[in-house]
Amino acid sequence: MFSTSLTWNDLQFLLQGAWVTILLTLASIAIGTLMGVVCGLLRALLPRATLPLAWLLDVFRSVPLLIQFVLFNAFKSIAGLNISAFSVACVVLGIYAAAFCTEIVRSGVLSVPLNLRRASRSLGLSYTQDLRYIVLPMATRVAFPGWLNLVLSVMKDTALVMWIGIVELLRASQTIVTRIQEPLLVLCIAGLIYYVMSLVVARLGARLESRWQEND
Amino acid sequence: MFDYSFHWRAAFKALPDMLAGAWVTFETAALSMVFGVLIALLLTLMRQGKNPALRGFAATWISIARNTPSLFQIYILYFGLGAFGLHVSSWIALLAGITFNNAGYLAENFRGGLKAVPDTQLRAARSLGMSAPQAYRLIVIPQLLRVVFYPLTNQMVWAVLMTSMGVIVGLNDDLTGVTQDYNVKTFRTFEFFALAAALYYLIAKAIVAVARLLAWRLFRY
Repeated sequence: MFSTSLTWNDLQFLLQGAWVTILLTLASIAIGTLMGVVCGLLRALLPRATLPLAWLLDVFRSVPLLIQFVLFNAFKSIAGLNISAFSVACVVLGIYAAAFCTEIVRSGVLSVPLNLRRASRSLGLSYTQDLRYIVLPMATRVAFPGWLNLVLSVMKDTALVMWIGIVELLRASQTIVTRIQEPLLVLCIAGLIYYVMSLVVARLGARLESRWQEND
Repeated sequence: MFDYSFHWRAAFKALPDMLAGAWVTFETAALSMVFGVLIALLLTLMRQGKNPALRGFAATWISIARNTPSLFQIYILYFGLGAFGLHVSSWIALLAGITFNNAGYLAENFRGGLKAVPDTQLRAARSLGMSAPQAYRLIVIPQLLRVVFYPLTNQMVWAVLMTSMGVIVGLNDDLTGVTQDYNVKTFRTFEFFALAAALYYLIAKAIVAVARLLAWRLFRY
């Protein structure tokens, strides 16, 4: 009953898939955070002027990620861009993450009381100094849990890139299932890897968060 | 740069079929929300209770639902159940997967919502002579609903977006499935999927608008 044809090589294949998942997550979170911080600051500081930006980013949140992947992949072929499926996935996931990150950063910046900023300005700090030394540290603490949630959800969403032909963890498990026909075992291993990855990220984040709170 | 002629007419000809698919998508999402809310309430109760087995069950459900991709959850229901000789259709697998996911996320929301309802409310209701179920039904749940209403709407939008994964396990009558069918026949990928994206956007916006109206009507006092 407990015999299995899962070999050591299969496990390595799964781990390679997991590595692709991690790389994708890191790349798209990097893109998303950079864009998100810029857009979020703009949204918080110039709410009226950047309203069209909010509408645009809202589109990325209201359309299924799967469809965004397919659309961008098709667009790539139409426009004749010669980039790999991996970069397509990074770009789409990055913009998707940016759409969420913008809201997180925006609410973080808005959570800093206006009186505090007025106080810092009347103490003689310039506008940029106020942003740099007062708003940024306080907004980061408020936004961090949301950002961590975003990292976790992006990591889970990377599973969708299998549709445009990238072999990540879930696709790798699918390939193995096709060969050895033991779906439950292989999928459980894949699920375990996902579970462990998100648990590690969540734990690290919680530790960082509590360390920050010490100084409050 | 653009050596490609767009053929939007083909896509618009498929619009009636895609609208029918959109309806299936909406139905699936709504069903999964109904079951999801019921199960999430049960899970919340289990978590509050004293029985360690039930608490463990609820905690396991919630942590698996929140820490693994929803596509994985659908996969394991579609392919994994086959190992036990249970062959479910792709629609059932999709519905069950989304419901599982919804229940996990909503249970967490409900827990937050319950925390927001002060303990004294329940005690006051009990001392006014209400039985425990009455107090929950008439005092706690209505207040809870106010707190979790916005997360509920959000989850409904998520559920609609999640139904698009059905196509990966072979569903062909929801919006993405219909689109993919046309795509395979005509290879006009961009046009069809752009139309599908527009439809998804409209569905999501419609849900948010209806929820706003409802909230305005329900929470007037």
